[in-house]
Amino acid sequence: MNRSSNRLALVPGAAALALSISLTACGAGNETDANADSGSDTTTETGTLSGELNGAGASSQEKAMEAWSVGFQGLNPDVTLNYNPLGSGDGRTQFIEGGTLFAGTDSYFSDDEGELTAANERCGTDIIEVPAYVSPIAVMFNLDGVDSLDLDADTIAQIFDQKITTWNDPAIADQNPDADLPDTPITTVHRQDDSGTTKNFTDYLGKASKSWSYEAEDAFPVKGGVAAEGTSGVVAAVTNGKGTIGYADDSQVKDAGLSVVNVKVGDEYVAPSAEAAAKVVAVSPAAEGRSDTDMAVDVDRTTTEAGAYPVILLSYLVACQTYDTAEDADLVKGFLEYVVSDEGQAAAAENAGSAPLDADTASRAQEIVGAIAAK
Amino acid sequence: MSLDTAPDLAPAPTIPLTHARLPRWAPALVAVVTIAAAGLLPLLLGWGFVAWVLVSVVLFIAGLTIWSAVVETRRSAIDRMVTSLVWTAFGIALVPLVSLLWTVISKGAPHVNGTFLTFSAFRTSLDQPIGIYHAIIGTLVITICAAVISVPTGIFAAIYLVEYGKGNKLARGITFLVDVMTGIPSIVAGLFAFSMFTAFFGAGYRAGIGGAVALSLLMIPIVVRSTEEMLRLVPNDLREAAYALGTPKWRTITKVVLRTSLGGIITGVTLATARIIGETAPLLLIAGLTTRTNTNPFDGFMTTVPVFIYSQFAKGTKADFDLAWGAALVLVVIVLLLNIAARVIGKIFAPKTGR
Amino acid sequence: MSSTPLTAPPQESAPTQTGDRVFSGISRAAGLVILAALAGVFIFLSIEGIPGLFQDEGAYKGNGNFLGYVDTLLFGTVLSATIAVLVAVPLAFGIALVVSHYAPTWIAGPVASIIDLLAAVPSVVFGLWGINVFAPKMVPIYVWLEENLGFLPFFKAPVNPVGTTILTAGLVLAIMILPIITAISREVFNQTPVLHEEAALALGATRWEMIRLAVFPYARSGMVSAVMLGLGRALGETMAVAMVLSGAGGISFNLIGTSNPTSIAANIASQYKENTPATLHILIATGLVLFIVTFLVNFAARWIVARNERKLTR
Repeated sequence: MNRSSNRLALVPGAAALALSISLTACGAGNETDANADSGSDTTTETGTLSGELNGAGASSQEKAMEAWSVGFQGLNPDVTLNYNPLGSGDGRTQFIEGGTLFAGTDSYFSDDEGELTAANERCGTDIIEVPAYVSPIAVMFNLDGVDSLDLDADTIAQIFDQKITTWNDPAIADQNPDADLPDTPITTVHRQDDSGTTKNFTDYLGKASKSWSYEAEDAFPVKGGVAAEGTSGVVAAVTNGKGTIGYADDSQVKDAGLSVVNVKVGDEYVAPSAEAAAKVVAVSPAAEGRSDTDMAVDVDRTTTEAGAYPVILLSYLVACQTYDTAEDADLVKGFLEYVVSDEGQAAAAENAGSAPLDADTASRAQEIVGAIAAK
Repeated sequence: MSLDTAPDLAPAPTIPLTHARLPRWAPALVAVVTIAAAGLLPLLLGWGFVAWVLVSVVLFIAGLTIWSAVVETRRSAIDRMVTSLVWTAFGIALVPLVSLLWTVISKGAPHVNGTFLTFSAFRTSLDQPIGIYHAIIGTLVITICAAVISVPTGIFAAIYLVEYGKGNKLARGITFLVDVMTGIPSIVAGLFAFSMFTAFFGAGYRAGIGGAVALSLLMIPIVVRSTEEMLRLVPNDLREAAYALGTPKWRTITKVVLRTSLGGIITGVTLATARIIGETAPLLLIAGLTTRTNTNPFDGFMTTVPVFIYSQFAKGTKADFDLAWGAALVLVVIVLLLNIAARVIGKIFAPKTGR
Repeated sequence: MSSTPLTAPPQESAPTQTGDRVFSGISRAAGLVILAALAGVFIFLSIEGIPGLFQDEGAYKGNGNFLGYVDTLLFGTVLSATIAVLVAVPLAFGIALVVSHYAPTWIAGPVASIIDLLAAVPSVVFGLWGINVFAPKMVPIYVWLEENLGFLPFFKAPVNPVGTTILTAGLVLAIMILPIITAISREVFNQTPVLHEEAALALGATRWEMIRLAVFPYARSGMVSAVMLGLGRALGETMAVAMVLSGAGGISFNLIGTSNPTSIAANIASQYKENTPATLHILIATGLVLFIVTFLVNFAARWIVARNERKLTR
């Protein structure tokens, strides 16, 4: 008797417990506070928007997106901005299917597989594609007793093509007379997952060197070397190995304290930096056959501009010119205006180490996104 | 049988009932000797700590077995060898497990505090602190939804397999398919839920319930398999005794069979929960990622702790990693609490047995 | 206890039949739900995956056709899972026996809890631990293996200096599947009737003989189940393998090199991010292959168990 009545008593008890959990689960400690104090410290110039703005796409933009979403939510505390870093491919697919209001992508929409047409169909008009995130890709290495290396594109290409296999190879030694190079074998580290970083890096090797015979691709084309998952995987592999060399987003390389290769541009060797990356974007020509609202560019990898660093990743934000509801249109417009504004670019530069857009590009982008409206 | 080493038995003319035994302190003696002997290696040959331990273990097993074989019987020697081997396996396995747990605790503990637990990741300025409250709520909601779907389905299916199906075609089919189900990669489960929900509710549909459905696909086979095993272990005598008393079959199942196997079933459910609570890939696809707290599984994005961990790692700076380790520790603690709860419930419900 | 009289009052032939019918109906329905769910997954995988068998050559990344693409992955999947199971199973049974039959309660209880906890550590964390803590620690061992056993095809130079080899991935997988195998086999070991054990001991069996003769036969089916669950997890594990393994190579038995075959699940996770419609179909088709492999493996295991059981009962 006792035991079964105890058991029966448990049921309402458990129900009460569940109820109390669900009641206390109403809000996080900071959400209401945050709203209150951001209202006071940002006397906002944009109208106060509200609602949920969902996007998906390139994971390269995630750190910048963190800065942008926080900044945008600071201006409009009733907005929640969600960015799902699934990867450029899925970002584009979801945008085409109408699952998201905007997308982030490392390579611009193309019609190789009909994606551009499909995206235009989704929007009803030509899509908007603006450069939002420019970041240098560093070639970093881990070699005992060597802190800095100067290499030209040919040498880098041969290293990653497994043609140069030891660190004291003459091709490396000639460019670095002062370095004390050991005969350690070179182990290259590349991305295992498909990524825009790989595509941009191989694009650079293909265009700037004579020794690279592969197409620019999301998947690293050469067999051999260590493959690692994600930027953090590459950084970890280079850090943990001996005689390793790899490529990754500059900000994370700096974080890990790895040594970085200075890349030969023209007659000098340039270290990766935000300013040097921005210079390349400024001199790069627009991609051919694009609509007026599409700012896709083909990055000039062979530039000889002094102080430019052509190994960069250029990532875009994609949106429609018109949306079904005014609410959606206002949210996307407000967000993209913020992203390409000086303020937004500065926030990303601080949080993600990216290169702010140059003034011309930014003002043209501002003009394009300013025209977003409801149907 | 080396009788001369057992002087107390020597005078007996009949067949001895015991044979010689090693003294109780024999294993300890062998251990000390082998550790000391193997200790010469690092000194003389400059071998490392790991080699020392390995050599000690091998010497210990060999030494004790041989001594036992000489003094005791062959059967005892085998018994002693197996005992040593089992404990060795135990020791070997604990090293990485403890290392992993230690990594999580030591890296996570400094970052877990009140703010971390009660704040969400919603910020309006980059200098605000963030926490994982939204992710904890998301994890609880999605896991509970998945459990609500999987546990009854899994347990009833197992009952069908063991008590009703008894080898008929349907039961055999289900058994096979459950086996196959254990091999579904989580990302495929996610793709399935994703395509199903987007087909029904439109391309933009993202909600916790989708994640729960994907996770149930992973959880159901574990619940079925472990429940099935436990039900099979219930002795038939118990069932027959109940039938003999005129108890209907379903009451026999609920009152006798389930009660007897409850401990095992709860372990299975706990394990299944633990298995899915750390799942990342399907949730990234279908549950979305948000910084705000959302308690409604049917509407809006929902972040869970593993997805939060994954996204922090993907961002990749030191501060992001710190949050991720903290979240990993919180997840382990949540599972610890679940385990304890499951055990307490198991104790309350389980019948008293000989153990 | 008296509130549920086992000898129910005699009004019931009708009610109990109803109760029985409802209960067996629910059970059967639950079974059918599982069938439906699986059919759903299978149909979806087929619809989305079969086009993946017939894509243009370019989509297979230089492997010509689907078979050329999937065979490496299949090899990697099976190799890593085999390593994992070979390593994990003896260890897991060892732990389970210690917990159920060897250790005193004050050790057994906490150890069992710790192991259950590990089942919950997200695979991302295993992956991170694997690449940052475990893999670098393995490098000296790999160097030693290459120097001393380099004549074997498994340990050929050059050694992966980062330690992200398929052996590392297999070992990390082994650690990941330990908890699930341990927990289930521990439960079944514990379920052995005490009478059987005591009878064996009373007949003069040593503890090992008791376990071999009383515990193992009783637990066999559960042990196989545990191994199969572990194997299932090892075959399907995604993030940890993707993070730990340097998996861009072809088929190779070299366990310590840089170019390892990767697994199907890890490949899906890696390549999913930059998919195009064509590659997505291919990835889902590889998922289908994994599905079929687990099916075959389970089929084989069940068959072996069934055969053994027949032998035993004779």
